[in-house]
Amino acid sequence: MTNRTDAIIIGAGHNGLVCAAYLARAGMKVLCLESADAAGGMSAPRTIGENYHFPGLAHAAYPVCPTMRRDLKLEKFGYAPGKAIDTVALDANGKHLTVGTNIVSGKGLSDSDEKAYPGFRKQHLIFAKAIRPLFDNKPPRLGDMEFADMTTLAKLGWNIRLGLGREAMNEFLRIAAINIYDVLNDVFEDDRLKGAIAADAVMGCAMGPRTPGTVLTWLQRLQGERNGPMSVQSGGQTQLVHALAQSAEDAGATIRLDAHVEKILVENGKAFGVELSSGEMLKARIIISNADPRSTFTSLVGAPQLDAMFANRVTQIRGTGVVAKLHLALSGKPEFTGLPESQTGDRLLIAPSMKYIERAFNHSKYNEYSENPVLDITLPSLHNSALAPEGHHVMSVNVSYVPYDLAGGWEEQKTTFAYKVISQLGQYSPNLKSLVVDHELLTPRDIEEQFHAVEGHWHHGELSIHQSFMMRPLHGAAQYNTPIEGLFLCGAGSHPGGGLTGLPGRNAAKRVLKIGVAK
Amino acid sequence: MKINHDHFRQALQRTPFHDRINAMSTTEEWMAWNTYKVARVVDKLSIEYFAVRSGCAVMDLTPMEKYRITGKDSRDFLDRLVTRDISKLRPGRVTYVIWCNDEGRVIDDGTLFQLGEDDYRLCSQHHQLDWLFMSAMGFDVHIEMETNDVAALAVQGPTSYSVLTAAGIDGLDQLKPFDLADLRCGDVPVTVSRTGYTGDLGYEVWVEPADALQLWDAIFDVRGRYDVQAMGLSALEIVRIEAGFVMPGFDFNTAESAVRKDYDRSPHEVGLGWLVDLDKGHFTGRKALLAEKERPARRRLIKIVVDGNKPVGEAFIYDGKNGKQVGEIKCATWSPILKANLALADIECVNGRLPSKLWARIDYQRELKWLSTWAECEVQPEPFYSPAHRSATPPARF
Repeated sequence: MTNRTDAIIIGAGHNGLVCAAYLARAGMKVLCLESADAAGGMSAPRTIGENYHFPGLAHAAYPVCPTMRRDLKLEKFGYAPGKAIDTVALDANGKHLTVGTNIVSGKGLSDSDEKAYPGFRKQHLIFAKAIRPLFDNKPPRLGDMEFADMTTLAKLGWNIRLGLGREAMNEFLRIAAINIYDVLNDVFEDDRLKGAIAADAVMGCAMGPRTPGTVLTWLQRLQGERNGPMSVQSGGQTQLVHALAQSAEDAGATIRLDAHVEKILVENGKAFGVELSSGEMLKARIIISNADPRSTFTSLVGAPQLDAMFANRVTQIRGTGVVAKLHLALSGKPEFTGLPESQTGDRLLIAPSMKYIERAFNHSKYNEYSENPVLDITLPSLHNSALAPEGHHVMSVNVSYVPYDLAGGWEEQKTTFAYKVISQLGQYSPNLKSLVVDHELLTPRDIEEQFHAVEGHWHHGELSIHQSFMMRPLHGAAQYNTPIEGLFLCGAGSHPGGGLTGLPGRNAAKRVLKIGVAK
Repeated sequence: MKINHDHFRQALQRTPFHDRINAMSTTEEWMAWNTYKVARVVDKLSIEYFAVRSGCAVMDLTPMEKYRITGKDSRDFLDRLVTRDISKLRPGRVTYVIWCNDEGRVIDDGTLFQLGEDDYRLCSQHHQLDWLFMSAMGFDVHIEMETNDVAALAVQGPTSYSVLTAAGIDGLDQLKPFDLADLRCGDVPVTVSRTGYTGDLGYEVWVEPADALQLWDAIFDVRGRYDVQAMGLSALEIVRIEAGFVMPGFDFNTAESAVRKDYDRSPHEVGLGWLVDLDKGHFTGRKALLAEKERPARRRLIKIVVDGNKPVGEAFIYDGKNGKQVGEIKCATWSPILKANLALADIECVNGRLPSKLWARIDYQRELKWLSTWAECEVQPEPFYSPAHRSATPPARF
């Protein structure tokens, strides 16, 4: 045995870990470098004060796909999707809606909406299934197709035409590229219901319900649902990243923490190693970057090593984060007006109508924050009491839309904004304010700094149609390999995008095994 | 960059030499070149042509696109821009370069002058400011277009050395081909490079626009002793074909102007493969050119001598008399000095090779009647015309 490393993975976020685990299982000697002091990236646990623990940026997620669970033996390493939760569309007057997987219920809901909901869900899950081949595989190349690309497209064509049938196919083609606003208005009456669905369709994106392409982001989200119900990430041993790290290490991969990669070493168009901020150089034939494509190419590789047009296209990748994360340490359990205690553990949404969401989005376009942001709330400590001292709780809130570049700068306005969000929450939970003992607000700017995601975008690049599939993250690097020989991408910036799916990591590993290991 | 705010008042700008050329023009044959008004023919084409080949011709070069590239990373920037290894370039030297897009298709060619440490001038056929800016990402480099800020004359022909010396420019005797020097013409500071587009002995003289006429007058003052002719672009077209020089945008579609797939060209396809160094490190298009090397050649722009004395003009090329069409003439001329029909032709390869026989079908008019004839073409690997006096240092004195 020599000490030779076959592949270096930059970033031990969940996609990096998935990729590491797959490659190690295939017999490669893998070294995964993480700049933070713990693996997990955006889903690494966080602590405020000493005793309040949070599951990371992603606080609610769908299970990862069964194949991955099986391939990487995730259950053996402790992975267990949490208890299924519903989504509650909070209403300021206490008339909340429970938006379940197949049932919607609540005061003031019309019969027609209640009846339409299961059909809508069913149809959209079928649409999501139809485009599944695109998500499971590397995006096809359009110029000179490989056999695998033809299979992907054949499966897609088959699914859309024969799987859906003529009528459903027509409907799918009608809505696939339009906005969720129009689609929901066609089907439903209730503002709360439409708000809740639309909020999910645009979650994490710099898009409002009226932005074209938001049906696609919605269908993308439904991909996760096909693996099982959503649950709250409650940290600890059951958390995905924990199991992934165990699985990767079990297969022989090394995860090195506090190792910040400063540079990808390239000579004559070929990657041969990385340089750490300490100055240490590590060599490998294959370098896989789980970092944001923009920082991978512009900072780690550097434009001079790239062709001019490609380098410029990299700078044109669109992806400005619009979601802030508010972590609240609470001295007791918050109560929500009109919400039964049994439902406080669900995912709570403040997105009372599509217009409300659109208005909140508008502000972010002009470098302002909205006084009425869209809030996506969980209480992880209700699912894992170890997260907070006895009787205490932690609350995790995704706050959309929060500009990356706030006029006047974030420095001065961060605390003000956090209190504004807390007082907005107070409208729904009157006792909340008095329970807050500590808080942490991560603006998109903080997310950029702490997770090295350019402009603090969760998905390392907007999930817009022009940056999806064979254009994700950009033409020339959409099949995980890049113009630099031996350099691959495996992060959320690559197809099929963000979310706790591990799919970019898995697809990248497949690609590396197919084309990257040639001697 | 000086901005001419009155540009809209004139359809075409006038160069600093315009008044003198205008006074000499008997034909009033003007044409547009890069938004400037330049002479196609000043007086008589044959006189201008023979001035280049046996005397001295002076052509206004001001409209040539010129870019000043300075800054700490200017060398690295240029090295990533062009396909050629420029590591040997040093202050006082000029080199001929081409550059490609990501797909390894030629965008333009040009001459790169190293004026000083981290100080370069790139002259190109077409406007390149956007491409240069695009290529500048990640480099500490300053790029400025100086097309309108530098006037230039091409002084070309066997007696050009003697003419410039007589005009008062000292220090040309040791200037080798592709050398560059800051000299004086009387009290006018000039930069002289031993470069040109004629394939003959020749110089390009670069001067401040304000001093342009003084330079012109100094050169034309020696007319009594030497044959010095103002030359237009028509004569240049003949001599550059004789020299075998390719003109991007005319002999082949440049990558930025090509609309249809495969209508652009790689360096190898236009006979400029010798300017590509795949081992020099990364440059834009390198990966694509490496891949191209693995495939059989698809086409070549070649130099051919067409049999007979019928002017070739625009013609298709066939793989035999009445054979299969395999290509076309891109530019052609009758060479008065070689007494031959010269042309550059774009020929498709079969299995990576040029057809062994090439025939041109020449359509020509006799007393306004169209006739057609066949002429065999001979492939010419070397420049058609490359006299020894072109590269002699010091050049012969007349």
